Amino acid sequence: MGPHRTVSVRVYWLIFAALLGLTAATVLVAGVPLGHWHTPAAIAIAVTKATLVVLFFMHALHSSRLTWIVIGAAVFWLGILLTLTLADYLTRGVAIY
Amino acid sequence: MSANHLPLEHHFENMEQQHDAGTLAMWLFLATEVLFFGALLTGYTAYRSSYPAEFAAASQHLKEMVGAVNTAVLICSSLTMALAVHAARTSQRRLLATCLVLTLLLGATFLGIKAWEWYSEYQESLVPGIRFSAEPFTGVSVPRAQMFFVFYFILTGLHGLHMIVGLGVLTVLLVRHRRYSAEYFTPIEVAGLYWHFVDIVWIFLFPLLYLVRN
Repeated sequence: MGPHRTVSVRVYWLIFAALLGLTAATVLVAGVPLGHWHTPAAIAIAVTKATLVVLFFMHALHSSRLTWIVIGAAVFWLGILLTLTLADYLTRGVAIY
Repeated sequence: MSANHLPLEHHFENMEQQHDAGTLAMWLFLATEVLFFGALLTGYTAYRSSYPAEFAAASQHLKEMVGAVNTAVLICSSLTMALAVHAARTSQRRLLATCLVLTLLLGATFLGIKAWEWYSEYQESLVPGIRFSAEPFTGVSVPRAQMFFVFYFILTGLHGLHMIVGLGVLTVLLVRHRRYSAEYFTPIEVAGLYWHFVDIVWIFLFPLLYLVRN
């Protein structure tokens, strides 16, 4: 019943360990002087963690193509929202930096 | 609902199709939630890119390690939730109940810590419109710093609201846990999808709110 293939318990624990490790990395990276690379670095780690949760905890890896389309659509729409908004705000040339 | 036959609704061909429809429905709802939180986070991003100094200064007043611990608590709860789904899928009813209880406890822990944080932020006069002191913000524009806290309380508040709903759902599932097995575990899986999503929102909120650096 339901999806044929599934994630094993062992993989759940591995992903869990990875998520905790990445959380520690987030905190450590914030302590290192990176200048304006802090935000991209923090986002990159967060996106990695979210991807692991979606693929393994939410079984996206073993889900149908229809599910993939929905996930892709959500990410795509969010991408449009962020891209167009940031294209405005980051190019205003107001010298705050 | 009879214990002797599967809870197959008449408009589905078989249980597998019913399961797929249920999970697809939750994924669609989560897509709308992505836009819901995404819009708020985009607003936050717009203000943060406009007022980087004020937002960095304001973020210092949040308790970074408390946020980190809360992040770990939610990650643990995602593990126990995934194990709950696995238990349901393999008809291990007692393990299912145990994992649901653990997820509930971890979720409640997160909310307890968050409530304590909010309370201490109230004590420190960091709540715009309710109790805010400009004293700690010498050298930066106070209204701009206040915007950070507006976003902080609304984002974590909305996230907390989602967690409370999740805890309610999990409680209902716990009460009914004996009806789930390899033949019918869709509600557990669907609740799991929701719960993991709420975890993902926090995975982004933590660095964006607590770790603002310039």
